[in-house]
Amino acid sequence: MTEKKTPLLDELEKGKWPSFVTEIKRAAVRSASAAELLPLLERSYRERIGHWKHGGIVGVRGYGGGVIGRYVDVPEDYPNLAEFHTVRLLQPSGWFYNTKTLRTVCDIWEKHGSGLTNMHGSTGDIILLGCKTNEIQPIFDEFSEAGFDLGGSGSCLRTTNCCVGPGRCEHACYDTLDACYNITNEFMDELHRPMWPYKSKIKFSGCANDCTSSIARSDCSVIGTWRDTLIIDPVAVKEYAANGYPIKSQVCDKCPTSCLTYNKETQELTIVGEECSRCMHCINMMPKAIHPGKEKGATILIGGKSTIVQSAFMSWVVVPFMKLESEDDYEPFKELMRGIWEWWDENGKTRERIGETIYRLGMGKFLRETGIPPVPQMVFRPRANPYVFWNQDELDKSGTMLDGSAL
Amino acid sequence: MAVVKAKLDQGPPNYKEMLPPIITENYGKWAYHEIPSPGVLKHVSESGAALFSVRVASPRLVSIDFIRDICVLADDYCDGFLRFTTRNNVEFLVSDEAKLNPLMDALKAKGYCIGGTGPSISNIVHTQGWIHCHTAATDASGVVKAVMDDLYEYFDTMKLPAKLKMGLACCLNMCGAAHCSDIAIVGVHRTPPVINHDVIRKGTEIPSLVASCPTGAIRPDPKNKSVKVNDDKCMYCGNCYTMSPGMKLNDARNDGLAILVGGKTSNARSAPSFSRMVIPFLPNTSPRWPEVVAAVRNIIEVWIANAQKGERIGEWVERVGWERFFSLTGIPFSDMLIDDYIFSRETFRTGAAFKY
Repeated sequence: MTEKKTPLLDELEKGKWPSFVTEIKRAAVRSASAAELLPLLERSYRERIGHWKHGGIVGVRGYGGGVIGRYVDVPEDYPNLAEFHTVRLLQPSGWFYNTKTLRTVCDIWEKHGSGLTNMHGSTGDIILLGCKTNEIQPIFDEFSEAGFDLGGSGSCLRTTNCCVGPGRCEHACYDTLDACYNITNEFMDELHRPMWPYKSKIKFSGCANDCTSSIARSDCSVIGTWRDTLIIDPVAVKEYAANGYPIKSQVCDKCPTSCLTYNKETQELTIVGEECSRCMHCINMMPKAIHPGKEKGATILIGGKSTIVQSAFMSWVVVPFMKLESEDDYEPFKELMRGIWEWWDENGKTRERIGETIYRLGMGKFLRETGIPPVPQMVFRPRANPYVFWNQDELDKSGTMLDGSAL
Repeated sequence: MAVVKAKLDQGPPNYKEMLPPIITENYGKWAYHEIPSPGVLKHVSESGAALFSVRVASPRLVSIDFIRDICVLADDYCDGFLRFTTRNNVEFLVSDEAKLNPLMDALKAKGYCIGGTGPSISNIVHTQGWIHCHTAATDASGVVKAVMDDLYEYFDTMKLPAKLKMGLACCLNMCGAAHCSDIAIVGVHRTPPVINHDVIRKGTEIPSLVASCPTGAIRPDPKNKSVKVNDDKCMYCGNCYTMSPGMKLNDARNDGLAILVGGKTSNARSAPSFSRMVIPFLPNTSPRWPEVVAAVRNIIEVWIANAQKGERIGEWVERVGWERFFSLTGIPFSDMLIDDYIFSRETFRTGAAFKY
């Protein structure tokens, strides 16, 4: 066993922000692996280098993912970290919990693992950090019995997530919690059994504030919107005015489309509906007085991902508006995703995200082959070059002059 | 003991069982919200019912003891319900206004940090770092702790010009949306992997290792039963180290951190935008990364001094111009900040109007 003192880590128990070092020390009271994580991390802090390695397939019967193998690269010094795998559990929509459920997570994890967690991982899962290989199947069996399931890892549909939605937000344009739950359940096979060129993610945000950062973090971003005109409550506008709220400078002047006009004399706020781009600014500023329209749904965007390999992509529009009000409305979305994934599976190279496949082969080909109709909402602006790859089959290939003579 | 057999594909726990009664009753009927004090949200339903959410800081890496502690508080004050946010904080859901102040008192007495609402910093979304990741160029939790300690005054108040969303990724795979954050801290490797041929010969699938390289820098070396790396093509991503521990990428003398600013994912006012690199490298000074802490504070203070009310960092910089960002912050510019990867041309100034 190595040195037990951790002077460098102890520095990170000072200060106001809650300390992860304190959390590891708490877990270390009852877990030998958490106790050994402290000197290992102290060593990383001293050497300024990490000591983990990947590799070695681990998992549970029936699934191709959900557990990530993790091993210390100096097992002779840290035998309790020789195997220190991560288990991903699907979280409930919106990360809402009753305490009974959270205590169940704690009890099972105390029995079989390090007692350390991430609440939550970047993709959304409950992350259980650190267990031995022979504990993986028992962990899954017990969590399964308690109503939990594993999340995604590898080249599969990764764990989906959603914003707080209609559970606690007046902006939600569709039921993000239900859509996430329903659609995740539909694609269990895609989530648990990796079979694609690479990973694929879906995130559900209820409005264009995009609190899940879906546009940056998911291959498919489902962002709530409305198709008619936003609703202004004139009485509530007058209340804002009476309270001295600077409606013109903070709301109208910052509207990117200049579609709002405020009349100071009459205290009336008016909108030119056709010019509004539904960016959410005015609604954020005056939530009591301005509301999304009545005809609600979602914009579907494809392609978002982080930097590896071809640079970071933000998702782009493929369907400007799709109704998502009921379970029946989820069907067209599921069909769309099946079609898109099938196209990617046929055309994508290994370790190529769908956005990169579309970029390499062209939006035109993607749209033609998936049957998605092109609309101007898909682009900020049209192309600036004339190099269209015309479909030669649609052109006159008679090979003659206009008068019929040979070319 | 009966043998437990796992049910396959049963999916996540049903969220409907996780909602407090006030949410079930007012689901989809919320009319508006207010922020009565930093860290407290008041959502009012069409029915008039009011739900108070008290937001509390979390280090994200938490023990089961932490979870059990917050469960006790949720039982005492919130009928046994709570939630976590997209930025990993905890929200206590109070449906009885009479319990709001007692909860706040109990939280403060136990040392919990209340804040992160409105124009404030809520938390830094981050990755695993040296605690659990094999390609980490720096620790994640430690840098976050050091920066949040320093920025604490902007967590429990609402005095920033606008929201401040920060992300930290511990290598350039950039897990965690760091690429679209107001300020992103990114761990960077700067040297190609050091090959250990013995380890590779022992158990590496050479074709998988070759295929793992995104830039095609790795070639088979049949003579050695190993591989060769074209150092000029290496982008230091660590994908090869994922395939084989014989491709060690960590380099204590050369790994460090970069700072990027100006990203956002919200559509409000302007389109979502990427963070842009403004500092290519800072040293990995554990345990408290003073150079990173100072660099972040400098950017935030210049933003506060120069932004209009409501302007996120990227909106402010785009208004005044990036050349002004560098002159105002005093951050030195260098060729490393000019893109030479795939989509570089759109970042070049193709115009003759600019500032000094």
